[in-house]
Amino acid sequence: MKTHFAALAATCLALSATFAMAADKPTDPQIAHIAYSAGVIDVEAAELALSKTKTPDVVAFAQSMQKDHEAVNDMALALVKKLNVIPEDNATSQALAKAAEERRTELGKLDGAAFDKAYIDNEVAYHRQVNGALETLLIPSAQNAELKSLLETGLKLFQGHQQHAEHVAAGLK
Amino acid sequence: MTPDLLSRRQLLMTGAAVLAGGASARAHNGKVHVMIENLGFQPADIDVKAGETIEWINRDPFAHTATVKGGWEVLIPPGKSATHVATADDTVGYYCRFHPNMTGRIKVVA
Ligand SMILES: [Cu+2]
Repeated sequence: MKTHFAALAATCLALSATFAMAADKPTDPQIAHIAYSAGVIDVEAAELALSKTKTPDVVAFAQSMQKDHEAVNDMALALVKKLNVIPEDNATSQALAKAAEERRTELGKLDGAAFDKAYIDNEVAYHRQVNGALETLLIPSAQNAELKSLLETGLKLFQGHQQHAEHVAAGLK
Repeated sequence: MTPDLLSRRQLLMTGAAVLAGGASARAHNGKVHVMIENLGFQPADIDVKAGETIEWINRDPFAHTATVKGGWEVLIPPGKSATHVATADDTVGYYCRFHPNMTGRIKVVA
């Protein structure tokens, strides 16, 4: 249990550092890549959860993450195509992917109630981090109005996910 | 008229009804309509009479619910609509179970 919390803390730190490091304002192609990557990461976490848990509230949460993040990423793909923007890989996206892989490895070792709790706690922390980045960095940096508007929809959606995760977490106790 | 134009017109009419005030979210067919768009219930507050049908129309690509804590729940799939027949004790607050930052109120009036 101790190692798990240490790993979770490390993941949170890595994420904070990830967004803090990006002192330079990201460009629209980079923002699109970061937002898309953040969605893919949560879909993959949901797929892991669906392969591991049978707890109804956790299953419902993971299914909702999978569907919502896929839907918003489809919107993002349609928008970048329309705008002729090619999403550009960048240090923030790479750090996000690396932190997520470490988190997945940690979660993969857990089962049952320990998995449920670790997955949901991670989801609360992850959505909080992403929402912070959207509010303070990605939305203010976005130049294109349609991209900005999609990010604002994403923020409302992810704030909802954070609250949903908090409700599920409260129910697990 | 294409379905797209039709829905746009319905949307405009609903918009006008919202501007006109509370209870006029109701449409010609007697149902009280609540649009769901961009993760919000519009209008968020509605007045209904017991026995009237509330219809949520989900224009988002996300599944939503209208959930009353400790009470009923209506699931509204993406791009679909769903209904609930108001009862006398339906003066309630509701929220979306998947996105609890989405909230609405129903007031049952005589
Ligand atoms: Cu919702």
